This record gives sequence, C-alpha cells and structure tokens, in this order.
Amino acid sequence: MSQPSISKSMTSGESGLAVVFAVTAFLCVIASAKALDAPFAFHAALSAAASLAAVFVIVNRYLDRPAALPPAEINGRPNYNMGPIKFSSFMAMFWGIAGFLVGLLIASQLAWPALNFDLPWTSFGRLRPLHTSAVIFAFGGNVLIATSFYVVQKSCRARLAGDLAPWFVVVGYNFFILIAGTGYLLGVTQSKEYAEPEWYADLWLTIVWVVYLLVFLATVIKRKEPHIFVANWFYLAFIVTIAVLHLGNNPALPVSVFGSKSYVAWGGIQDAMFQWWYGHNAVGFFLTAGFLAIMYYFIPKRAERPIYSYRLSIIHFWALIFLYIWAGPHHLHYTALPDWTQTLGMTFSIMLWMPSWGGMINGLMTLSGAWDKLRTDPVLRMLVVSVAFYGMSTFEGPMMSIKVVNSLSHYTDWTIGHVHSGALGWVGFVSFGALYCLVPWAWNRKELYSLKLVNWHFWVATLGIVLYISAMWVSGILQGLMWRAYTSLGFLEYSFIETVEAMHPFYIIRAAGGGLFLIGALIMAYNLWMTVRVGEQEAQMPVALQPAE
Amino acid sequence: MTDHHSDIDSVSGKSTTGHEWDGIKELNTPLPRWWVISFYITIVWAVAYWIVYPAWPLISSNTTGMFGYSSRADVAVELANLEKIRGDKMVALGAASLADIEKDPALLALARAKGKTVFGDNCAPCHGSGAAGAKGYPNLNDDDWLWGGTLDQIMQTIQFGARSGHAKTHEGQMLAFGKDGVLKGDEIVTVANYVRSLAGLPIRNGFDAAKGEKIFAENCVACHGDGGKGNPEMGAPNLTDKIWLYGSDEASLIETISQGRAGVMPAWEGRLDPATIKAMAVYVHSLGGGK
Repeated sequence: MSQPSISKSMTSGESGLAVVFAVTAFLCVIASAKALDAPFAFHAALSAAASLAAVFVIVNRYLDRPAALPPAEINGRPNYNMGPIKFSSFMAMFWGIAGFLVGLLIASQLAWPALNFDLPWTSFGRLRPLHTSAVIFAFGGNVLIATSFYVVQKSCRARLAGDLAPWFVVVGYNFFILIAGTGYLLGVTQSKEYAEPEWYADLWLTIVWVVYLLVFLATVIKRKEPHIFVANWFYLAFIVTIAVLHLGNNPALPVSVFGSKSYVAWGGIQDAMFQWWYGHNAVGFFLTAGFLAIMYYFIPKRAERPIYSYRLSIIHFWALIFLYIWAGPHHLHYTALPDWTQTLGMTFSIMLWMPSWGGMINGLMTLSGAWDKLRTDPVLRMLVVSVAFYGMSTFEGPMMSIKVVNSLSHYTDWTIGHVHSGALGWVGFVSFGALYCLVPWAWNRKELYSLKLVNWHFWVATLGIVLYISAMWVSGILQGLMWRAYTSLGFLEYSFIETVEAMHPFYIIRAAGGGLFLIGALIMAYNLWMTVRVGEQEAQMPVALQPAE
Repeated sequence: MTDHHSDIDSVSGKSTTGHEWDGIKELNTPLPRWWVISFYITIVWAVAYWIVYPAWPLISSNTTGMFGYSSRADVAVELANLEKIRGDKMVALGAASLADIEKDPALLALARAKGKTVFGDNCAPCHGSGAAGAKGYPNLNDDDWLWGGTLDQIMQTIQFGARSGHAKTHEGQMLAFGKDGVLKGDEIVTVANYVRSLAGLPIRNGFDAAKGEKIFAENCVACHGDGGKGNPEMGAPNLTDKIWLYGSDEASLIETISQGRAGVMPAWEGRLDPATIKAMAVYVHSLGGGK
C-alpha cells in the first residue's frame, strides 16, 4: 500500500532528465544559430522546442502526481502501465494513414508523372523514403513498441519497468520519426535505403533504442513467471538485432557538427554489403521477428487456443535468427560482390524457407479446434490471413534469391510486389488485427465499436492487396522479359522507355489497390476512435483475466 | 499461478507443456515430419551448392567450387554468343560507307535494327520513342530536316550535334529580335503575321502586309531565304511547310521572334562508336524517308 505521509520530491530520473533536456535545449539553440544549412537550423530549432516542452511536461507531471509513484502491484495484482501503449497505438494509426497516403501519391506519380508538381519537396525521390519510413518505422515501429510494452507486461505479470523511461521511448521514437520525415522533404538524406536519416537523427535513435532495450529487459527480469514467453524472445531478438544493424550500417562522419551532411564510413562494395546486411535484416528482425512476436501473443489470445507447438517455436526461433543474418547478399546478385558471397546469401536464403514457415505453421495450427471462429470474428480472420500472406512471401523470398530467378526479377516491379505482399498482407494485417485487440484492452473497453466495420476493412483491404500484388507480378515479369528480349539479329528488342510505357496500366491498377488499402485503414481509424470515445467501459474484474479452464 | 504439470488440451487431446502466460498455453506437439525433412533437404542442397560453386572465404582467397565458376566468365561467354548471333555483318557494317550500306539489303537491315535499339536508349528521351518529337525537339518522321536530310547530313548532325559546343557542331541560331532591341513590339506582331501568311495561316485584322514584307526582307531573308523557304546550311527552318518546331500560333511566333531560339542537340561522337553512329544515321534516315 502507498504511504501517504511521505513528503513529495522529484525522483532522480525526473530531475536528471529535466536537467538533461534543459541543457539539450540550450545546445540546440546554439546549433540552430550556428547552422550551416537551413534544414539543420530547422531541426535544431525543432529539437530545442521539443526539449523545452519535455522539461515543461516533466515538471508539470511531477507537480500533478501524488507523492508516491504508481505502485507495481495493487491488491497483489500487477498495476499495468497503459499510458505509453495508448500513445504508441494512436501514433501507429496516425502514421499508418499518413504513410499509406504518401504511398498512394507516389504510386500515382509513377502512373501520372505530372503529380510530382515540379516541386522538389513533392518529387518522387523525396516522397518515396517518406513513404517507406512512415509505414515501416513510424507505423510498424509504433505497433511493435505498443504491443511489446503490452505483451511483456501481461506475459511477465509485471508492471513496465521505469516511470519516465517508457514515455521517453515512445515520445522519443516519434520525435525521431518527425526529424527523419521532415528531413526527407527538405532533401536531407544519407541515401542509404531504409537508413536515410542523417547522423544526428541516427544518434538520437540510438539513445532511444538503448532505453527501449533497457525498459524491455528490466521488465522481463522482474517477471513473476518462471519462464519467458515465446513472444518475448522474438521481441528481444528484434530489439537487440535492430540496435546492432543500426550501428553497423550508419557510422558516419559529419562534415560539421553544425551541418546535416555526413559521409558514411564504408565505401564501395563494402558499403553495399553493409547496406544490404542491414536492409535485409531490417526485414528479418523488424518486419519478421517483431511481428512474429505479435502473432505469438495475439492469435492464441484471440482464438483462445494454446500455441500449436512449443518445440517448433524454439527450433524455428533459433534457426530463423541464425540463418536470417546471412541472407543479405541476395540483394546484390550479379553485382561487383564476390561470387562466394552471393553463393552464401542465396543458400542461406533457401535454408531460411522452413524456419520461416515454422512461424506460419505455429500461427495457423493454433487455430485447430477454433477454425469456426473465422466466420464470426473478422479480427481473428485478419490475423490468420496475415499469417497466410507471411507464408506466401517467405516462400517467394527464397525463390527470388535463387540466382536464375533473380536475374529475371531483380530491379523489376516483381520485387515491389513481393515486398508489398509481405508489407500489406503480413505486417499490415497482423498489425491491424493486433490494434483491433489492443485498443479495447488498453482503454479498458468491453469490445470494439463495430465488428461489421472490421469486416468491411478486411474485405476492402484484401481486395486492395490482391490488385496491388497481382499488378506488380504481371508488370514485373513483363518488365524482366522485355529487358532481356533480343531480336534475331542480336539486338535488344525494346528500348527502356518502351518498357516504361508498357507498365502504365499496371501502375494504375497498383494505385487503385493502394487506394483501397488506405480506405480500409480510414475505416479502421474511425472504428478505433469510436471504440475509445463511446465504447462501454469494461467492468473491473476482481479475479484474474484468464479464461476459465 | 503457473502450474508445472502438463495437462491435456480437451480439443486436440494433446498434452501441454504446463507453462501458461496470461492464459496462453503451449501444446507439446512434436515437430511436423514434413517440415523437418524439408528443412534437411534445403541444408543438404546448400552444402552441395557450396561444393559445386565458390562459397566460403579463406584467409586470402575463397573456395572456388568444382568447375571454377565465375560470373565474370559467364558474362564474357554471353557477350561472345551475342557477337556470334550478330555475326560478321557487324564487322562489315563498321567498314562499309553509308552509300555501301544503302546498296546492300542485308547490311541495311542490320544497320536499321541496331539503329532502332540505340535510338530508343539515346534519342527517345528528347525525340520520343516513336521519333515524333515534341515542342523544341524535331519530329524525325516528317521528312523536314533543319540541318539537311541526306544520309551524310544526318550523320553529321548526330556526330557533332547542334550548338553542342563540339568544334564541328552546327552553329547558327534564331536571333532575339525583341530582346536585343532590333525590332519594336508592333513590328514583331506585324512580321509574325507576315510569317503566318507565308504558311497560309489566318492573319490578324488590319495587318499591314507590305510593312511585314519589308521587315521580313530586312531581317529574316538572310537566313530563311526569299519567301521563307529556309536554309539547311544555317539550320533555318522552312516557314512555309506548316511544320513548326516551337508552334505556329501568333503568341508562340512572337515569343520566338522576340526571345530567339537556340535548341541544343548533343554531339554523339565519342559517346557512341562510329559504327553505331552510322547505324543510327541509317535508321533516322529511314524514318523520315530521307532526301
């Protein structure tokens, strides 16, 4: 029980963080004044404002709170910390819609180039990284942070470690997104795919990510369960490996500490290899391991069935993380990368096939005995279809890594189709499913505002995905075949521009598919908003939430 | 609380591991047999592939595999095969003069095929994939040639370009009569209408034809010739043929006369080898009929 008589004082975290942010604000003002380029001045000013706001919020929060910090347990039951989870869930939905919208715009630019508007800020080259970062890191990242903070608490029966630290993670991470995204629009980029943010954004992300790791680890360490739940293995693999990848790919020397431009330490083929070691494992550990963690909690929870196979979860977990890290070179087939490296990238990608499918088997087979729920529960249907898309794209991936297949598919829209079957079908749907579960749970609502709207979201988005990936398959293979077609006299049959012209109808279909996916997300945002606003409060259950067994 | 006794899942009849987290249990299902076998097959396949192909790094080299495969050698073989398909004719094309190519149907077909490929990747960005041109970029299908339409003239244009900066490039440009103060506003309007009248286009009411003719004679004839028939020596277009590079409406003509025009065509000598330029000249010549 709390001790009401204790005199109120700032924790060392509160006072320390307030001082650090005050100093940061001061340094950022200087940096802004001495900046060598306008975007850096803008970012420094933004950071100064955010640091001041942080000082204000920390002090204000201290003044408003009771003397004692929230207890870890109330009446012997964990006092779960839902605030940062709610924040991240909201930001996930916000960035998701922003990212899908920019995706629709750049898809339309490819079909109708006039939509570049002849402005640097709205040109494809700047908006494309805005789209990829918004959907992967902003949408996906917030979903991962929100669900990981939820799952780690629930499966450890422990309150999230730290008081300000979880807030530092969620707000700091979203501030990184803001710096990265506005930087792209202003032309600030280090031109490494999926690692475009410049050195100062990278440094900030490093700090945030280390705190994320510490919060997660500390919560796992103080768990009240003897074993660590499978989802937490995957979350931990995701957090640790992303830190390693980020540090490995991004060492850079700024031209000046008062300027945005930097040069990456690696050069030539070593840089390319680091880049795709990073790039492929961003797929492997961010978009696969992290979201498999989501699958391992939300599918059994929603289906109310046990996980299909504990042994499979162990074997495929270790096989997956051991093999994935080798597969990057398949992005550099038929380049200056040495043949032996290409061989390793390809063979490890093939060996990765079954470990990837291990996750699919465990996800799908968990439904055995509960398949009938797919008819009545569109949320569960979304989760299960996401696993089916996961299985499809983890078959397609190894297949495309085979050199002869890659010689046709590489640099074509087939790659874009492959990525989006994984991104829209797997990552998108498993995130939607998780958010549909998480929002009522975190806000303590009895149920979603409308299952009917979930059903609409499911079908509209599924139709969108099918249009998207089938258009890209056809156009990608057509493109690959046109590029390699020779006439009987031994000359190329098509000029490049003829292959571009041939893509036009497929680009329109792709944009239509993306538009449907966006409409689905808007339906979802409305549904979640109404769930929080008008949803019925769940009665506080005196007994544990576990289903009767 | 967690119990450590495995119990039996009533739906599947399988035992659980006895662990439980937030109500989630795990079945003690063994690994699916087909999954294990498939996993082993991919590993065996990978090991076999490592034996056959270059695979593992050593201290200062790498394993080379059974056949010494190298993707560079592969490219060399593919290029050699391509040369074989193209055959001796390519050598003949390099040696032949433009006139010889015109006379030999086989060489002509080869030159056109090669020219078409090269055109698509080098010329289409400006002239369009069908060579129909755009505003400021000549249409190459219409048999109207700014710098002459014979094979030799076309080849010269491709080699050295127009206003390209190359020492042998075509020079000569449309002067900026308004900007440079040579003609006043009303004179420009008058001569623009006179030019339209040469092409048989409708003209402005109250237009002074005699004055137009006088301005034209004093300022334009030097390049465009009497009656505006043009002069390929100077790249001066024929003004009577209803083919307009920058538009024939009054506003466009006024802009042209007032601001001048000097479009640039890059020189391709040095970027493309002589045989390729020759093939391209033949191809472009065939497009517009050629002179």
